Amino acid sequence: MSEELIVPTMAEMMAEGKQPEILFWVGSAGSYDDRAKKITKAFVKILNKANVNFAVLGTEESNTGDVAKRAGNEFLFQMQAVMNIEVLNAYEVKRIVTCDPHSFNCIKNEYPSLGGNYDVIHHTQFIKELMSSGRLTLEGNTYKGKRITFHDPCYLGRGNGVYDAPRDVLKKTNATLIEMKRHKGTALCCGAGGAQMFKDAEPGNKEINELRTEDALETQPEIIATGCPYCNTMMTDGVKFKEKEADIKVLDIAELIAEA
Amino acid sequence: MEYVPNIIFAILLIASIGYFASNVKKLIRNIKLGHKVDANDHKPERWKNVVNIALGQSKLVKRPVSGFLHAIVYVGFIIINIEVLEIIIDGLFGTHRIGQELLPTSLYGFLIGSFEVLAVLVLVSVTIFWIRRNVIKVKRFFSTEMKGWPKSDGNIILYFEVVLMGLFLVMNATDTVFQTANSGNVISQFMAPWFSGFEIQTLHTIERVAWWLHIVGILIFLNYLYFSKHLHILLAFPNVYFGKVVPKGKLNNLEAVTAEVKLMMDPDADPYAAPPETAEDEVPAKFGASDVMDLSQVQLLNAYTCTECGRCTSECPANLTGKKLSPRKIMMDTRDRLEEVGKNIDANNGEFKDDGKQLLGDYITNEELWACTTCNACVEACPVSIDPLSIIIEMRRYLVMEQSAAPMELNNMMTNIENNGAPWPYNQMDRLNWKDE
Repeated sequence: MSEELIVPTMAEMMAEGKQPEILFWVGSAGSYDDRAKKITKAFVKILNKANVNFAVLGTEESNTGDVAKRAGNEFLFQMQAVMNIEVLNAYEVKRIVTCDPHSFNCIKNEYPSLGGNYDVIHHTQFIKELMSSGRLTLEGNTYKGKRITFHDPCYLGRGNGVYDAPRDVLKKTNATLIEMKRHKGTALCCGAGGAQMFKDAEPGNKEINELRTEDALETQPEIIATGCPYCNTMMTDGVKFKEKEADIKVLDIAELIAEA
Repeated sequence: MEYVPNIIFAILLIASIGYFASNVKKLIRNIKLGHKVDANDHKPERWKNVVNIALGQSKLVKRPVSGFLHAIVYVGFIIINIEVLEIIIDGLFGTHRIGQELLPTSLYGFLIGSFEVLAVLVLVSVTIFWIRRNVIKVKRFFSTEMKGWPKSDGNIILYFEVVLMGLFLVMNATDTVFQTANSGNVISQFMAPWFSGFEIQTLHTIERVAWWLHIVGILIFLNYLYFSKHLHILLAFPNVYFGKVVPKGKLNNLEAVTAEVKLMMDPDADPYAAPPETAEDEVPAKFGASDVMDLSQVQLLNAYTCTECGRCTSECPANLTGKKLSPRKIMMDTRDRLEEVGKNIDANNGEFKDDGKQLLGDYITNEELWACTTCNACVEACPVSIDPLSIIIEMRRYLVMEQSAAPMELNNMMTNIENNGAPWPYNQMDRLNWKDE
């Protein structure tokens, strides 16, 4: 990315005696996965543009334990959770935003009973908030009339009932939003959840991301919008499998807005 | 001699209610084999769910065709059963259509008239249901788990409904007193001419036979419930009450694990400290579930409530792409195993004798469990708030924490998290490198 990103850490903030308004939880995918890192940077670009006083934990952040929990390893999950909660509480974090619906769900719903109580929001909710408060305005008309379909992440939609925020944000771009046959409550999973991202699928007659990509292709989109780094990988692979990568882009809502 | 029918009726009624009650007792005992669940939270929301989801069938109508037809059969079933009250009073006291005597003619006519109209609507709906199952062959009724008993069970219930509704209408059509009163016979008046050639005595006999078969049919149906997938007509209500009231994405945190994790993280903890006295007799806590006794009472209630409609399976991404996992099968297996355990307890004077079997492996395979994406599509699809995902997670917990039997790739992923705080083998210190890339 050409322009300089400003990414303060909590440690730096604390040294200066400052407290950010929000902590950006980057998550493991957002930190290490090449495709997801682009989403992370796009979101930081938005935060910088809207002059948001935020910070990240940086090297003090560790995996939420979400994927271990879904794989059945409650021990590992709770170890990770307790460690993270210790760090978050030490910095007196009140509000957290993340681009990963799995981290979002885990910290929001599963950390409280272990001592971690925060106001956790998904980045599409935060972008919507920035837009409605006037802190973020879209100048360009990059997506005017473009056909965009949104793939609901399970842990944002069904898992936590957040269906409108990502759609409201997309509508602000003046794009033409087309729903897939299966959307919102009946949206089909991309195939990555429940630790599937880290293993081969069981024997079957099709990959789940292939089926979901077919759902998306039916809407004849120019862009498939996602709100989860894992969904993004799955849909990108699906589009490649269908040999449509020349015509269809798979972009996170943060990336769409950062370039709007 | 004139009281013989009354006595026979009373005996039939008491015997069938008694047998049903004994089976309900068994059902409750079996459900109580599970862990206790505290459901004192979110009471207003729980009642709201009972009203909307159970009574109001808000989730059923998401599929308009089957939802609408189901609503007719449901309303018909409940309202027509008011008639059973009259039948029972008549049967016990030897009266004939006590309602006709006691209620104003117009009200009685209105009631029976509504029952007759509903009976016809139920007949139509049930016929369409039968066509969907046997002629159109709707896909979700033909999964691998729907062979044998589950398949015939569905049809038997439909035949029951047809016979009961038919007998109700025949009973009304051949009732000369009722037809002469000419109030409420909205449908049966068109059936009465079919029987016009018969002697009055024959008509009376047909009416009596239809009356007896109708009530006996209802009592048989009542007792059929326990052995059928059809228990949902009763259990849907408590099941929805005990359904999940927190966000679907939220999984419970195991308290037994929390205790151990806290101990490990506590710098002042003495690892060599003697365990508290009471712990001696207690069986060490088992992590996760390998059999029905390890599940919660709500999960076992879920299993009895499942009516095998298959909406869950038809939305399951794993099942849609040909994997073995079917959330419906998870529920059916849980019930089958629970029934097996129940019979074992019956046969051994109230004690469960180890039969060398368990839910994991003998019913549900690892392959099914590892195919789940935890996407909650099954939970969302269930019209009566069943949560198959929670059972899958409990069994994964057992596989991982008691048996270390996760697929190798997942073990690698978990080792990475343990060692460097990420599911991939990257250095924790590189976590912020993206900033400068």
